[in-house]
Amino acid sequence: MIERYPFHERICHWLTGFAYLYCFGTGLAFYSPYLFWLAAMLGGGPTSRFWHPVVGLVFFGAQMWMHHIWRADVSIGPADTEWLEKAKYYVSNQDEKVPAQGKYNAGQKLYYWAMFYGAFLLLLSGAFMWFPEYISFDWRWVRPVVVFIHEGAALITIGAFIIHVYMSVFMVPGSVAAMVHGSVSKDWARAHHRLWFHQKTGE
Amino acid sequence: MSNGTLQIKAISGHAGPVAGLDTSRDYSVAKLIDVTTCIGCKACEVACLEWNGYPFRETVFDNTYQTMPDTEWNYYNLIRFNEHVNEDGTLSWLMRKDGCMHCADPGCLRACPADGAIVQYANGIVDFNQEHCIGCQYCVTGCPFNIPKFNSETKKVHKCTLCSDRVGAGLEPACIKACPTGCLHFGTKEDMKDLGEKRALQLREHTSHTNAGVYDPAGVGGTHVMYVLHDIEHPERYGGLPKNPTIPLLVRIWKGPMKWIGNLAMVGGILGVALHFLRFGPKNEQ
Repeated sequence: MIERYPFHERICHWLTGFAYLYCFGTGLAFYSPYLFWLAAMLGGGPTSRFWHPVVGLVFFGAQMWMHHIWRADVSIGPADTEWLEKAKYYVSNQDEKVPAQGKYNAGQKLYYWAMFYGAFLLLLSGAFMWFPEYISFDWRWVRPVVVFIHEGAALITIGAFIIHVYMSVFMVPGSVAAMVHGSVSKDWARAHHRLWFHQKTGE
Repeated sequence: MSNGTLQIKAISGHAGPVAGLDTSRDYSVAKLIDVTTCIGCKACEVACLEWNGYPFRETVFDNTYQTMPDTEWNYYNLIRFNEHVNEDGTLSWLMRKDGCMHCADPGCLRACPADGAIVQYANGIVDFNQEHCIGCQYCVTGCPFNIPKFNSETKKVHKCTLCSDRVGAGLEPACIKACPTGCLHFGTKEDMKDLGEKRALQLREHTSHTNAGVYDPAGVGGTHVMYVLHDIEHPERYGGLPKNPTIPLLVRIWKGPMKWIGNLAMVGGILGVALHFLRFGPKNEQ
């Protein structure tokens, strides 16, 4: 077995993930009347409204911690452009036609950056939505604008999140176990992240 | 107004037909505020506090005849004061009773995400149910009149109820009852509109206020609180009454098309990955 995610990285990942999930659930409740029952499941409407921004700050903080840990691994380089050009082979499971990848492939990196910039948009717009009573009536046009930005950014992260969960739970067996236990098999590493495997094992 | 179901249809032992049978009645209510006869006495402010059981607040003196800068969560009704300099150099003291306009198309109700927190009664009253309010203040975002006010202790939003509890019992709102000059009127929307137009016509014909008119803005579908203004072309002179109030376009987009686009995208995303899994299945490790 090869260690892929040390303990602190796993903590960081799940903290970000569960904070995101809470904001996702409560946010959907505020988003649509047909999903307002989610607020009832998550403590009731007023409770959800109280905790959504607080947990949002936790999400943002965890995302910044993650950035500190993984920023070198997720920076996009020339190898990623080549991967993206051949992404159709990756999507159709013809992985032998896809160039070898480091710790993260370009798709994972794009997911990372979607969540990273999404977190900034959500924080900035969310700060205004947290305390709209401090926006004076002369600046009232700001209120619907920030709600619009918050909702748009949330929808983009939700799209990315659906793909992330699908890829890790269904498409690439062993991913969830890696994020829970921290290690992957040699075969897994060789198959999905060959450059990282070589770097890690010297083979 | 509320007792439409108690209109008599048949009477026992009564000679002749039932009086008033088959007459149509407008059950929507409205308040008409004739600002031209308001003397700024604040009796309506006091009556509002008394009926709603709120304590008197500290007032703010800013060298005008206005009690405080803005309405508050427990101060629904504020006479706004503006000393307007006319073209000929004379002064006009403009008084306007500010409070919820009870829009026929309420922006607060459209924007609210909490089930049952805002209701619009068939008689036109828009009312907040604080027990269902989650404190998000989307109503503040939706309102073009700066009306809903947040109580930061209870995290609930409040505004004028048009005394729905009094109107439901067949009484007029507290402010109407208190007004000493008769500048406040209460009745059906139709009657109040009619009364307002007559007063505006009187002003145009018999005074120098040749631009007098009734403020019943179409941008929010008309309102159940209307004003008679000396100059209908300049409502902003009366403490910032908007000329063409509308629900912000982005609120309409965000509560309308954006929901369906977002829902389709989310359901489409889930269906998409499910179909992808059925077509290609998981990646193997060879």
